[in-house]
Amino acid sequence: MNIQIAAQINSFIAAFVLLAAFGMLVQKRIYSLIHLFAWQGLFLSISTAIVGYVANKHHLYISSILTLSLKVVLLPYILHVLVVRLKIRKQAETVLNIPLTMMIGIALVIFSYHLTAPVRELSTLITRSTLAVALATVMIGLLMMITRKHAVTQIIGFLAMENGLFFAATSATYGMPLVVELGVALDVLIAAFIFGIFFFHIHSTFDSLDVKQMSRLKEDL
Amino acid sequence: MLLILLGVPLFAAAALAFIGDRRYAPEINIAGSAATFAAGIGLALEVYNTGPMLAGGKFFFVDAFNVYLSVLTSFVSMTTAIFSRRYMRREREHGRVGHVGMRFYHSMYQMFIFAMFLCLLTNNIGVLWIAMELATLSTVLLVSLYRTPRAIEAAWKYFILCGVGIAQALFGTVLLYFAAEKVLGEGGEALLWTNLSRVSGSLEPTVLSLAFVFLMVGYGTKVGLVPLHNWLPDAHSEGPTPISAVLSGLLLNIALYALVRCKVLVDGSTGTHHAGDIMMGFGVLSILVAAYSLLRQKDIKRMFSYSSIEHMGIATFAFGLGGPIATFGALLHMLVHSLAKSSIFFTVGHASQMHQTQEMERIKGLFKGNPLVGWGLMFGVMAIAGMPPFGIFTSEFLILTATIKDAPLWTPFLLLGLGVAFAALFRRVQPMVAGEVPEYQKPLKVAHVPVVLHMLLVLIIGIYIPDFLNQWFHTAVELLK
Amino acid sequence: MEGFLVQTLQIAVLIGLAPALVGWVRMLKCWMQGRTSASLFQPYLDLLKLFSKDIVLAENASWIFRFTPYLLFGTTVLAGAVIPMLSTDLPLAATADVIVLVGLFAIARFFTALAGMDIGTAFGGMGSSREMTVASLAEPAMLMAIFTVSLGCKSTSLSRIVEAGALLKPSLAFAFLAFVLIALAETGRIPVDNPSTHLELTMLHEAMILEYSGRHLALVEWAGMMKLFLFMALLSALFFPWGIAETGKLSHIPIAGAVLLLKLAVSGMGLVLIETGLAKMRLFRLTEFLGSAFLMATLGMLSFFILD
Repeated sequence: MNIQIAAQINSFIAAFVLLAAFGMLVQKRIYSLIHLFAWQGLFLSISTAIVGYVANKHHLYISSILTLSLKVVLLPYILHVLVVRLKIRKQAETVLNIPLTMMIGIALVIFSYHLTAPVRELSTLITRSTLAVALATVMIGLLMMITRKHAVTQIIGFLAMENGLFFAATSATYGMPLVVELGVALDVLIAAFIFGIFFFHIHSTFDSLDVKQMSRLKEDL
Repeated sequence: MLLILLGVPLFAAAALAFIGDRRYAPEINIAGSAATFAAGIGLALEVYNTGPMLAGGKFFFVDAFNVYLSVLTSFVSMTTAIFSRRYMRREREHGRVGHVGMRFYHSMYQMFIFAMFLCLLTNNIGVLWIAMELATLSTVLLVSLYRTPRAIEAAWKYFILCGVGIAQALFGTVLLYFAAEKVLGEGGEALLWTNLSRVSGSLEPTVLSLAFVFLMVGYGTKVGLVPLHNWLPDAHSEGPTPISAVLSGLLLNIALYALVRCKVLVDGSTGTHHAGDIMMGFGVLSILVAAYSLLRQKDIKRMFSYSSIEHMGIATFAFGLGGPIATFGALLHMLVHSLAKSSIFFTVGHASQMHQTQEMERIKGLFKGNPLVGWGLMFGVMAIAGMPPFGIFTSEFLILTATIKDAPLWTPFLLLGLGVAFAALFRRVQPMVAGEVPEYQKPLKVAHVPVVLHMLLVLIIGIYIPDFLNQWFHTAVELLK
Repeated sequence: MEGFLVQTLQIAVLIGLAPALVGWVRMLKCWMQGRTSASLFQPYLDLLKLFSKDIVLAENASWIFRFTPYLLFGTTVLAGAVIPMLSTDLPLAATADVIVLVGLFAIARFFTALAGMDIGTAFGGMGSSREMTVASLAEPAMLMAIFTVSLGCKSTSLSRIVEAGALLKPSLAFAFLAFVLIALAETGRIPVDNPSTHLELTMLHEAMILEYSGRHLALVEWAGMMKLFLFMALLSALFFPWGIAETGKLSHIPIAGAVLLLKLAVSGMGLVLIETGLAKMRLFRLTEFLGSAFLMATLGMLSFFILD
């Protein structure tokens, strides 16, 4: 498979990653969110594997397998178990309405394209155009965290951001050195366990996972 | 030396996970921290005699900048461990923490120290990020240790906001690696700070400025700069007091350390003062917002958290300003603020235990009730507000001098912030220490040593800076040019 | 000369095969749901029956009411003449512009809406207003989707777009997804509208034509079948243009015809899958549905610049 075709396929997969991010942005059902997150992780690991094959970087294969096991299998499983155990209501509310959120998402895509222009000019990799998509995924994850009122969706937004960052690393630089990748994966794993524990605490203390409940710590104006 | 420094906390963390609730667990905690401190001194002496050293196959790098922070970290963690012994014993008796909670607390305490040392001593910017995240993660559940609604909310905010911030910092690191790869080739070598600082002139300026923006947002969130500071007052006030002390005293310093390391690279590449200007802007904003917020606080630990934000703002401003005097002042400021703030938190912790509340209106009569706590708090506040002859006055004076010389237009803001903070702090502390002892005040055994030690040090440094400290700072200043 | 022949052939195919397509879709649907279906040619028989029946007009029906079915039929046939189904080298190719196409459909919809309100019944007005809502949301999305496709060959002429051929591009994938959603909305299929409903309050398109009878109804129904045919043909022409003859020669037409039938059959299967798998959405969720179509079209356009 020569470079051109690989680059095209990679662009395709980047488009799907972005689509998954938007899908998560507008989804209200928690199970669908978890599935979309798993899909995004799958696309990510495929993309990493392709880049590793074309650029002959074998450590990317390891990253790809790591992403696959962590983000496609383990994390969605943990989330699923949490949702079932805590008997979470299957819908999440939003702060803004859906069309407006989508518009803001599109604006963020344009913004991140603009922002990564200098990097794109300097890069010599086949994946340089996907850096904008990666940054857009990060921003959309951030948007998701801001516009949602449910703890689980906030966490999924956080994980989507991590996905975007991982994608950015593969786009800009063919992946960070392996030790860094491993460390980041470890951090994500620990974060997953911590928020799992967190949900239990929140649930037992507040009896619900609506984050509106958690706004007592404020100053009197 | 390095091995002991890193290995002891890690080993202690593992051990305390199992035996953290026994009677002698706090003593083990203290012993571990003391060993770490000794190792820290040893390392410092080595660096003092032989200059900056690389170790672990270029994985670790120790120079004047991070070695003095290492000594500070190990010292404060040791004294906090001493304080924590009395304090947590009391909390355990009152049932605020359970059996598992104690084990978790002690274990995570040591893990946190390990993460901080890793952050300080590593040469690899990627590992720096990982350690920073590790430090955050090990303290998140500690903040929610008491399991009250407020504590959980504080821990959640801490987790989410710092997580978001640090994700931005990761993106900045990726961009940095991207720029470094062009010059240094691929692989782990390109992320080593020693290599990067050598070639910083040939790194792409546009990419590095973009990277710096992300790094600023990311590590700036951890430093507690406005407008990314929302998690700080909550997290520092809801956790157990020893954790507040180390968070305020140490973690903020380390985040600032990370930021400054990156700034050095960016300055070398762009050659302009942009990075410094950004830091100065954020610093002044933090000072002003924090100072005004101080006026409205009702909770004692929240108030002092805002004071931490303010002082970190001062240090950020000074690092941003650059130049030998300001940098010296900033380094000194990091040192004395750490000592003074942790001392304040020690006294505040005991005061709140005595009155079973953290609201300042209910805390009274500390001079009569428990003179050590009362006078400790009084001196602590005097120190933190910047009165002579305490060390903070010296550092603030240096910073002001440099500001008037290099950037005179910023001076009024600085002075305004410092003045408002001064007034706010004294207004609150005065009724707390003076007056009659209320009947709900309970006596308790106070941990004398940490408070006395810290305040003495701050006082001494204020009056006379020892030679080796002077030397250290000057070397560090040279490095940060 | 040959060109005109091919053109007429194309129109004949459109008029002749549209009911068969609808019959095919209904057959598949029944088959998927485990029911026995009517024969493939049942729609023809329905149309025949309607043509032989009398017209019943309300007393206050104006000329619009009587004129609309013919207009509807006419514009749909004209739209069919413009879309390159069998060949791109047709005499009317010069007018084969995307915007013209959208305009033709808009005229049809406008007059249908007027006709719905003409008699003054409540259901007619309701149908017209709902249909217009869908139109106001679907049209920008459709334009955006087609523009995304036309970005590649820098022209909005349909023949040019088809000749340029489809490539493996993310922007086209997005545009395809968007176009599918819009086609569902425009042709009034589930999840936007249930074409076989008999409950007036759930109708969107049907409500406008409730009052029609006899040959008027036959023409309106036929136009509806042709619209479905056209949208599917447009979908396959824009995104899977292989098989469409590039010249006006008669000899290439049989292959093109066979490929067209194949593509339509497959599209029919896809439509049935979607219709069986989804449920009809509540009306206020239409905005989200069409908003996401617009979103995907915009994403397609953006990814053209970003990724290609």
